[in-house]
Amino acid sequence: MFQTATEQESVIIPRNTLFINQKEASQGATVNRESRETVGQVKVNNPRISCHNVNVFYGAKQAINNINLDIGHNEVIALIGPSGCGKSTLLRCLNRMNDTIDGCHVTGEIFINNQNINNREIDVVPLRAQVGMVFQKPNPFPKSIYENIAFGPRIHGLANSKQDIEEIVVTSLQKTGLWNEVKDRLEQPGISLSGGQQQRLCIARTIAVSPEIILMDEPCSALDPIGTAKIEELMDELRAQYTIVIVTHSMQQAARVSQRTAYFHMGDLIEVGTTKQIFTSPLHQLTEDYITGRFG
Amino acid sequence: MSKALEGHTVQRYDGELNHLHMQVVKMASLALDQTKRALYAFHNKDITTANLVIEREQQVDGLELAVDEEVIATIARRAPVARDLRVIMSFSKAVTDLERIGDESAKISHLSKAIFDNEGSDPSTHILRDVTSMGAIVLSMLQEAIEIFDQLDVTRAEILAKNHNGLDIEFQSSLRRLTTFVLEDARNVGHTISIVLILKALERIGEHARNLAEYVIYLVNGVDIRHPESQASKE
Repeated sequence: MFQTATEQESVIIPRNTLFINQKEASQGATVNRESRETVGQVKVNNPRISCHNVNVFYGAKQAINNINLDIGHNEVIALIGPSGCGKSTLLRCLNRMNDTIDGCHVTGEIFINNQNINNREIDVVPLRAQVGMVFQKPNPFPKSIYENIAFGPRIHGLANSKQDIEEIVVTSLQKTGLWNEVKDRLEQPGISLSGGQQQRLCIARTIAVSPEIILMDEPCSALDPIGTAKIEELMDELRAQYTIVIVTHSMQQAARVSQRTAYFHMGDLIEVGTTKQIFTSPLHQLTEDYITGRFG
Repeated sequence: MSKALEGHTVQRYDGELNHLHMQVVKMASLALDQTKRALYAFHNKDITTANLVIEREQQVDGLELAVDEEVIATIARRAPVARDLRVIMSFSKAVTDLERIGDESAKISHLSKAIFDNEGSDPSTHILRDVTSMGAIVLSMLQEAIEIFDQLDVTRAEILAKNHNGLDIEFQSSLRRLTTFVLEDARNVGHTISIVLILKALERIGEHARNLAEYVIYLVNGVDIRHPESQASKE
């Protein structure tokens, strides 16, 4: 049921502390509901993404509180939690999508490949190619299937010739398992595809610009079980090349697709651990209450 | 009813887990009663009670099937995780142990019939006494395990699970004593073999009782304490 992952020692990370210093949480022990300290495996070796003391404010309202979290290479990490807990807000921090929201203010540091992307001098256009995003609702461009894929590489200057672009289009569609389904109708509009195909087209569009990280915000919530299964299978294949961060409300999806899971509650990162550990023996009472359906 | 099984937003889920728990405890009570009656039949040379234990084995098997069916339905319907998953897995494994306790009780009854329900002479009381002492230990362990399972009492479960030696020592001592009887008089061989098989059945019941305690520890704490020597090499 679960993806294999290296088990690491679980610890409580004191607020404002970035480094694991001692094993404090015994296996199976449950941290009480009132505690807001992050419990679990926050740090990883050689992280692809490293969030240090990240806070997000919408005007005066603080949406996420001092988040510290590492995300490794070639892993799928699921961000889970009730509505309004800050998981999508954190996701949008990872490619500066929050910049597009008036009044949104992000503090702290987010390192991707040792570069702080929260630095205002960072150019967000290449950043968003490096960190692609797939949204809840499939949103293909009102263009042909071919152009949906070709548009990104063309504007980012990733192809020097028509032949290069064609190669990118074919490769991207093959990687998402869509090639055999659309190879004879590349000139048809993207929106003529089924919901599941549209979502895979959006993923193909994302990987066409050679990202390192793919952010997925409830990518299957509008899909039927078959479409969902295809996306999940695709995520498993893409993991070999990319880091994937997925926000999902489906506990079973988080359990199926991710190697690590992070649980958020009212802006706090409550617990991080291997998916196996979170879904069999969570350390924090809030995590257990949420994933077992004991509060909404 | 246990708080560990309650508190779901979907209250019917609480009801399903509580019903499952009640079914397992009911099966455990029947398994305990079977063991008690099997030992009573042995001590009192009561063939009627021995036959009753043999007949009621089917009831234990039936409860195992009923619990398994509910476990499968709950997994399919609720996709349990975390503590709920541990509850389901613990209940599912517990009924296997309880069914085997039922089997061992029936085995003791069959052996009692073989010893006492014939024209031959009864064995000497010296040969029988080991069943009395080991039977008392095993009944006490099983009674404790069932109370622990009923109340999901992890503190008592840890004490029972750590109590490794008492039963093993008693079993080994009994084997040594019985070997002496056989060496002294070869005519004791037939009865001694039956007694050894009864003692082995009791030893197994004791182990199943300890397993029940281990499941409660896993259910409550999420810690698998089985086979500590193998835990390190698991990965």
